[in-house]
Parts: sequence; C-alpha cells; structure tokens
Amino acid sequence: MIVASNLTKRYPGGFEAVRDVSFAIKAGQMALISGRSGAGKTTLVKLMASIERPTSGSLVVNGQNLATLRQSALPYLRRHFGLVFQDQKLLFDRSALDNVLLPLQIAGLSRRDAIRRAQAALDKVGLLAREKANPIALSGGEQQRLAIARAVVNRPSVLLADEPTANLDADSASAILDLFVDFHRVGVTVVLATHDQSWIERCHPNVFRLDHGRLL
Amino acid sequence: MSAWLTQHRAAFAQAVRRLSSAPLSALLSLLAIGIALTLPAAGYVLLDNLRELGSRASGVKQISVFMETGASRKDSAEIENRLRQMGKLDWRFVPREDALQRLQKTEGMAEIVASLPKNPLPDAFIVEPQDSDPAALEALGQTLSDWPKVAHVQLDSAWAKRFDAFLRLGRLALTLLAGLFAAGLVAVTFNTIRLQVMAQAAEIEVARMIGATDAFIRRPFYYYGALQGALGGLLAAALVQGGLSLLSAPVGELAALYGAAFTLHAPVIEGTTALAIGGALLGWLGAQLSVSLSLRRVG
Repeated sequence: MIVASNLTKRYPGGFEAVRDVSFAIKAGQMALISGRSGAGKTTLVKLMASIERPTSGSLVVNGQNLATLRQSALPYLRRHFGLVFQDQKLLFDRSALDNVLLPLQIAGLSRRDAIRRAQAALDKVGLLAREKANPIALSGGEQQRLAIARAVVNRPSVLLADEPTANLDADSASAILDLFVDFHRVGVTVVLATHDQSWIERCHPNVFRLDHGRLL
Repeated sequence: MSAWLTQHRAAFAQAVRRLSSAPLSALLSLLAIGIALTLPAAGYVLLDNLRELGSRASGVKQISVFMETGASRKDSAEIENRLRQMGKLDWRFVPREDALQRLQKTEGMAEIVASLPKNPLPDAFIVEPQDSDPAALEALGQTLSDWPKVAHVQLDSAWAKRFDAFLRLGRLALTLLAGLFAAGLVAVTFNTIRLQVMAQAAEIEVARMIGATDAFIRRPFYYYGALQGALGGLLAAALVQGGLSLLSAPVGELAALYGAAFTLHAPVIEGTTALAIGGALLGWLGAQLSVSLSLRRVG
C-alpha cells in the first residue's frame, strides 16, 4: 500500500517538482503515472523509492512514513522495492549474472543460493543464455530486461519503473510491458511512470496524471 | 549471523579481487608502505641489539667498594657476609696484595710500586648487581657506602647513564619516526582508497538505490586498506630479516675482533606479527578516513 498526502518535493533553488500530491495505490495494484516530460514523474518515483526525501507532506509505503523514517532505516526499506530506470543503471564492469547478483549480495544470501535465484530471474526475462555476457554486449531491450531481472530478483513487494521503454523500439517495449503485467499478475504492486498513453489500453492500470508537479 | 559472515567473506573476496586486478599499482603501494614500515622497524631492531650489547659490556654495571686502609680481614669478611645476604648480585673480593701485583704489572708502574715503603692500596670488592638500571645502581652504591670500614664506593654508572640516555633518545627519535611513517602509510592508503571510491562511483550509486547500507559499501574498502597494510607489514618484516641476514656475519666478525661473541637478532614471529597487525590497523584507519570523506562526495 502506497499512500501520499499533500506530498511536496522542493529542490534547492526553490523548484517544486511535486506539489501537494495525494493518492493511494493498493497492494497488488498496477498504477501508471503519466504526464509530459518535466511533469514530475521521475521525482515521484524517486520519492516512492525513498531515493529522495519529501519536503513536506507524508508518503507511507508498506506502513512506513518515508518523510519521517530514519536515514539508517532507508536501505532496509529499499530492499522491498524493485527499481527499473530509464537508463538501466547497469554495471558494465561485470557480467549480466553479476549485475543480478548485486541485490542478493546486499541482502546477505549465500553465493550458491544467490546464483540460483539470479539465474531464475534471468530465465524469467529470457536472458539465462546470456548470463555471462557483459551488459555492454546486450541490445537496448536486453539491457532493460536485465535491469528488470535485477529489480525482481529480491522478490520485491513493489516494482517501480521510470520510463522503462523510453529508448526501445515498439517490439522490445511491448515485451517489457508484458513482463510488468506478468509480475502484477502474481501480486506485485507495479508502479510505472511513462508518457506512453498506449499502455493504458494494454494493461488498464490506475492512472495518475501529473502536470507541472500537480496531480490532475 | 550467517548473512553477516557471508557479507564479510564477500567483502574480503572483493578486496582481494581489487588488489589483484591492478597488480602494478598494488605492488607500488605495497613497496611504499613496506619501506615506510621498514625504517622504524629496523631502528627498533638496532636499538634492541644495542641495548643488549650495552647490558653485556663489562664495567657498565660495576660498583667498586674500597675498604679503609686500616681495615682488617675480619672487617672485609663482614662486608663479604653482608653482600652474600643481599643476594641478586655477583661480587668478588680483591685483596690489597693482588691489587698491588696488578698495579706492578701495569706498564711503567713497576719501579714506582717498588719504591713505595708499604702497600698503599686497600682491600676492595667489585660488585655487579643483576639490576643494571642506573637509579638502582645509585641506590645500591649509597647503601654500600654506609657500611662499616668502607672508605669509598665508586659507582661506574656514568657510562651506564650515558648509554641509557642515548637509548632513551634513540627510542624517542624512533617513536617520532614511526609516527611520521605511520602517517605516511595512512596517507598512501587514503589516496589509494579515494581513487577506488571514485572508480566505483557507479556501483556505489546503484548499490545505495537497491538497499545497500553504508556498512556494506564501506566494508570492501576497509578490507582493502587493512589487507594492503598487512601485506606492507609483511614486506617490511621480510626486508628487516633480509637486512639482518646480510649484516649478521660482518657484525659477528667485528665483535670477534674485540673478543666478544655477538650476533644481530630480531624477534621473527613477534616482529612479523606486530608489523602485519600494525600495518593492517593503519591501513584500516586510512581507509576509514578516506571512505568517510569520499563517500560524501559520491553521495
């Protein structure tokens, strides 16, 4: 369950990326945050992922108010989220498998268990055959699928994605969206930020439209 | 507990991988650290050997007790008895006749001694206490001078005092030098880790976003610093032992020329352990300082 009340994020310099936003996303729901570039979608995703802290208002995720949560508690909360970024944020100094292993190493799993789970995640996104490949050798769509594998390997309760198909062709984008729908079907709360309106017809999510940081 | 151990094992393995992934730069850092630790370690070994050499040197801790010229053998026997009761010291009695004979044998003194109407020398005792501390020698000298029929007590502690002062000065200089080189080691580690944090900035950013604690991010750098310091310490121990092996034979030959048996030595196991642990602690400290400052920038 994600509940935002009068949520505002103001950056140094006074720019308000998110203004007085209130909404609720139930556990297991699929939600879509839409809006034009600069509408505040990325900031809202970052707030939900506790990468940014709210300036005012409250944001309760899984029963924890991110506005008041201790800094030292944030890493443990973040482990309940799966994050997928537009630029993937993959590590190019290691293999695809090692990229997916990272969240499991952070969680303290033994190497054997971690490898088993990472391979299962790679299999789920269709990349098991390329587990030893460096991400730089993968196509844009494969890189995004790898990022999704990394996001879901820890079995998160919430999957947050910011423009996950922005740089992909239609087929790759469709395959990525199918993956999110699959995770939603098994009970994961999925929050997607996108400007792509075609997604609404494909997966019938709860839609939150943002414009200049305000919810319409 | 198992997760904690797994993470520490993984952090250590990561530190080893990072160290071996750039062997040349690692080797240069190890050399810098090894040499920085070698100088104070070699100084310590040298002082330790000097201290032992000094304590073995004859005359350093001797006290000469001269009886009054009119003292009888009975009086000397009384002093001998008191010395025996004191324990923890060696002593020997030098009768006045023996002293005169020895004086006669001294070059140029035979005629002078022969011209003397009677033996002017007193009976004497040469006392060597086990405790060579100059203050203890002084106290013992004072006690002996208060005994009956003792005319004069000559404390041969001036040399011991000078030697002790020299050793103390040496120790102080060595401590300052060690402090200076320890700071150097911390600085080398600080810089190495700073560069590593910058090189790993992308990984640190991602790790933070997906739930890594500060401890998780810092741990491999701490292990790297400690590992580098420990290896530097081992290198320093090897250099000191190598130097001793090279110098041991010539020093032994030099000592033999002075009629002494002396070989350079160093506590191998204790010394190597101390250098490795000291290096590891300093490396850990350098890493901690560096990571604290560098992570703020990355964050």
